[in-house]
Amino acid sequence: MDLKAQLAQIENLMVDSFAFSFLATELDARSGVGSVVERLRIMGLPESRADDVQIALSEAVNNVVEHAYANATPGNVSIGCNLDAEQLWISIRDAGLPLPKENLAVGKPADLSGPREDLPEGGFGWFLIRELTSDIKYERDNGNNRLSLCFDVSKSCV
Amino acid sequence: MTDSGQIVTVNAERIDAAIAIQFKEDMRTETESGAARVILDLSEVEFIDSSGLGAIVAAMKQLGSSRKLDLAGLSPMVDKVFRLTRMDTVFDLYASLSEATAVNNT
Repeated sequence: MDLKAQLAQIENLMVDSFAFSFLATELDARSGVGSVVERLRIMGLPESRADDVQIALSEAVNNVVEHAYANATPGNVSIGCNLDAEQLWISIRDAGLPLPKENLAVGKPADLSGPREDLPEGGFGWFLIRELTSDIKYERDNGNNRLSLCFDVSKSCV
Repeated sequence: MTDSGQIVTVNAERIDAAIAIQFKEDMRTETESGAARVILDLSEVEFIDSSGLGAIVAAMKQLGSSRKLDLAGLSPMVDKVFRLTRMDTVFDLYASLSEATAVNNT
């Protein structure tokens, strides 16, 4: 095995991780998610996957901004990323209101069958997260939420 | 205005939660003229989230049932959000503005 192949093999065994945190406001969430995705791109996350992460992570962080810290001074959102050759796990932590448990169960697409005036203008977020991830975990611990999203890196699932 | 409809260009890289309400209001103002077909040019938009998607649906609904909102110039990420949510079955999507204006379906 030549040096290049050896290095490639070592790289495949390596797990890259980083953490990042920002204030839970719409504008800080926008730049915060952008920074996380940019960093993942630099770490070698394929472009099509980076798009999926940006879509799903934006929805998850928006939920924190709009629901977890609803009626309260916005606190921090902490993002932790763990990337290996096969999977990317992203954890989103906040100290806001707990996630209603049914949210994790719901993965249904919005009902578009009715007349135009009845078309839904929301409720797409969780469906998008479910479609773009391969696994989702949620823990509530000591007043903190921890939502973990898993993305397959080795193959595109959409 | 062209023969194919009124073109409304979005001068933003994103339609997201931070600007969704403003976008909906701007669309109401822009489409007051009453064109039967409005083409929303999204060529500059690189990213849309569920709030932005909801705002485009709202913009379509506020046109009323006799007017049409078509979407043009969807970037890969915008296109993906429309397809994943099946909104591509609700709107006519065109890869570019010129493709949208080539179709005269007012």
